[in-house]
Amino acid sequence: MVQSLAATPSTGGQADATYASPPLALDVRGVVKEFAPPLARRLTSKSRRTAYRAVNDVSFEVPSGAIFGVIGANGSGKSTLIRILSTLLLPDAGEVRVFGRDVVKQPLEVRRLINRVSADPSFFRPMSAVENLLFFGRAYGLTGEQTRRESLALLEQLGLDERRAREPMLKMSRGQQQKVAVARAFLTRPRLLLLDEPTTGLDPRSKRDVQRFVADIRREHGVTILLTTHDMEEAELLCDRIAFLAEGRIVAEGTPLQLREQVADGRAVDDVDMEDVFMTFTGRRLDEDEEGNPDDNG
Amino acid sequence: MTTAELPSADRGWPASPRRVALGWAFVERQTNLWKRYWGWEVVWLLYGVVNTLAITFIAREAGQSGVISHTQERRLTLFLLIGTLVWAYLSAVLDDMSLVIMWERWEGTIEHTLMAPVPRAVHLIGMSAFGILHATARTALILACSLPFFHVDLGHANWLAAALVIAVGSLSLIGLGILTGILPMLYPERGEQMSFMVQALVLLVSGVYYAVNVLPGWLQGASAASPATYLLRGIRSAVIDGHGLGAQASTLAVLAVFGVVLVPASLVAFSAAERWARKTGRLKRQG
Repeated sequence: MVQSLAATPSTGGQADATYASPPLALDVRGVVKEFAPPLARRLTSKSRRTAYRAVNDVSFEVPSGAIFGVIGANGSGKSTLIRILSTLLLPDAGEVRVFGRDVVKQPLEVRRLINRVSADPSFFRPMSAVENLLFFGRAYGLTGEQTRRESLALLEQLGLDERRAREPMLKMSRGQQQKVAVARAFLTRPRLLLLDEPTTGLDPRSKRDVQRFVADIRREHGVTILLTTHDMEEAELLCDRIAFLAEGRIVAEGTPLQLREQVADGRAVDDVDMEDVFMTFTGRRLDEDEEGNPDDNG
Repeated sequence: MTTAELPSADRGWPASPRRVALGWAFVERQTNLWKRYWGWEVVWLLYGVVNTLAITFIAREAGQSGVISHTQERRLTLFLLIGTLVWAYLSAVLDDMSLVIMWERWEGTIEHTLMAPVPRAVHLIGMSAFGILHATARTALILACSLPFFHVDLGHANWLAAALVIAVGSLSLIGLGILTGILPMLYPERGEQMSFMVQALVLLVSGVYYAVNVLPGWLQGASAASPATYLLRGIRSAVIDGHGLGAQASTLAVLAVFGVVLVPASLVAFSAAERWARKTGRLKRQG
């Protein structure tokens, strides 16, 4: 069922007054994150003594129910940004609010509203999908019975039958594990879903299953989604707006059509595809980016 | 499409029964994990039994070679038996905390666990509760397998006092367990070895296999700062000498103070370490 997202969860009236009607799902303002090099490198290498700025003054807004894409080359700061939004990383400067809650000052409140799927599905793999999901369901306040029932329903939707769901996850392919990761994220009923390259490395059928699921949950449940991807077709298919990130900065933002118009440079907009947009704004070819270290998802 | 609905505006957090349910999530997860690793559990059980027998037979050897009298042999047997069992219990509690955090780092689940909306105290107490239950079960099995090898006199034992000492002493072990869990969270490669070093120090100074008064003076000072010293003293006093609650009052009081100080202190230390890890980006998957 679709629930109006205009009414945000009440958490004791702590939301900022500026978000009285209705708050943005995500409000990112001037976020900066730097990583200092290890002490040993600072002492021994002149060239690597300075901090590396992974996210540099990033600002954007995502209204409730939208799918917002963040696209950038490997190492551009996408995953660092997602970790900040996930409350797993503290920004050095700036402010992030999720439905009016500050990720630094109200992390527990924010965690109730979000979940995340990363490119690398992380589970206790000797355990079954149901056992893994049972833990996360309970950790988000669901009962055991509720979690089992909903887990099996979600996995079924994603193409995993009950027999598969009760086997150790070690026996699953990466694509199947990623589907369990998607189920885990949605099981906890997030208002904001952070999808960090959720289809990277999946076979075409698994990729299509995940993309369809993402479109469904937005359409039927009004979940707000922040998606990072290397797949330009996927970005154009799913996202209402897209921001391009290069060296930690947002270098362009708009609807897919607006972005194509920006780089058309005299050509017909239909002749410009999102790969052209990617190359223009990131300064890299798509295949060059895909050849990068798969673990370095920025 | 699923019929799952979005969360209601206010789900009543954080009511107490809900916190218990949240803590139970960790007990249940660890139980499911250990069931999948039952082979390792058998190995650790076997190791525990062999370790107990190998150390406790020292008392029989001392008796048979005439170094000590028969009465002394029986007393020494119980002394060593209690030492090995308490050590097995303590190690299991501490290992459970550090191993699970190391596994979480290894599998990458630590990010998902730490971003779940569970108060950190509930998370850690839940993990500790599993550690205590698991350690109790394993130690009981080691005891059951080892006891038939020895003629020990348990007729004088005051089991109520022993149980209370274990219960109160376990609070401080929870605190130590949470503290050792910090190490693998911050240092995935070296953290486990560092937690073994902490255990080794506790083993040295706490009088596991000998009375602490044989230690050099400076180490006896460290012995006084180890809760395991009082845990062992209390259990031996109750089981070997049959001392009741009255005679154990001071030991129980010291253990209670350790628990009251160590548990909150360890929670504060873990939260500070987590904040530092979030600041420096150390919560990523390793492995």
